[in-house]
Amino acid sequence: MSDVVKDPESDAVDVVDPAGEVAADRGAHAGDHHGGHDDHGHHTSLGLSNVKLAMWLFLGSECLLFGGLISTYMLYRNRHSDEVGPDQLWDIPFTSASSFVLLMSSLTMVLAVSAINRRDERNCRLWLTVTATLGGLFLAGQVYEFTTFYREGLGYTDSLFSSSFYTLTGFHGAHVAIGIIMLLSTVGMLAKGRITGDKGETVEMVGLYWHFVDVVWILIFTLVYLIPA
Amino acid sequence: MSTVDAGDETELEREVLDPEQEHDWVHDEDEAHHPSDKKYIQIAIILAVITAFEVAASYVDLGPIFIPALLGMMVAKFLIVVGFFMHLRFDNKIFTWLFYTGLILAVGVYVVALLTFQFFNS
Repeated sequence: MSDVVKDPESDAVDVVDPAGEVAADRGAHAGDHHGGHDDHGHHTSLGLSNVKLAMWLFLGSECLLFGGLISTYMLYRNRHSDEVGPDQLWDIPFTSASSFVLLMSSLTMVLAVSAINRRDERNCRLWLTVTATLGGLFLAGQVYEFTTFYREGLGYTDSLFSSSFYTLTGFHGAHVAIGIIMLLSTVGMLAKGRITGDKGETVEMVGLYWHFVDVVWILIFTLVYLIPA
Repeated sequence: MSTVDAGDETELEREVLDPEQEHDWVHDEDEAHHPSDKKYIQIAIILAVITAFEVAASYVDLGPIFIPALLGMMVAKFLIVVGFFMHLRFDNKIFTWLFYTGLILAVGVYVVALLTFQFFNS
């Protein structure tokens, strides 16, 4: 006979029948699987991962931040001088190439998540590094674009258009920069074995943030660059 | 009180005693819910093609359907990334509710804000 009696405060196992079946625990684990992919990490009473729940809540709140910035830009996009406006500044082929780079970084990110789910840590680190590199390339493109605009006479405080444009794209760029730091930190932590919990979930959370950054750029690219003022 | 007969542990009991050991990797059955790498590449190609159409549309005169077409392609790309790359299609619906609540709230608040500034009249 096997007796497993745990402390009542630890809420893990408290009932073991004489046949050796851990009834309460088996029931709990059976419940864990109903949510498909949600059964790892620390769980709430909903049977979902706390970390994932918090990340989606955070991303939902980020919609409000970027919604405000995009709306402000839309409102002020015509408030510029005749010489320095979107028609004179936008370089659509260049920005399209930048957008393509960021879009492909979403693919490499999802391949990293797929690799870690297959327990292929080496390829996961590789895809995370490629994602960070593509993110760096996008950021370099944005710095080049800002520098070009500034040289052509579009300062941050020159007009409502310039202030709202730089604030919106600058905030997005800051999110990309934070994403790159998260990606490289994850690569380092995986290499050194510093991730003690669920590695799959850790990479997936970084992935969710990265894809969100890509999704925001999908909106910015269309609303700011492609739709004429 | 905690009493364990270590000599007669079943696999299930070991899992209970060391939850991290089991949760170190995603369960194999969960992987079946997600698309394969090949599928992800196909999705990325679709996204790239939509982007190419968006850029092409900005160079040709589509008349009154120009802006609706661009907005439609933007929404399609958004839904594809969120649904497939962020796994919202395969995950628990609570995550979908959390995200879309924030999104719909944002769109609602800012459309009203833009209406008050008569943005759509100009």
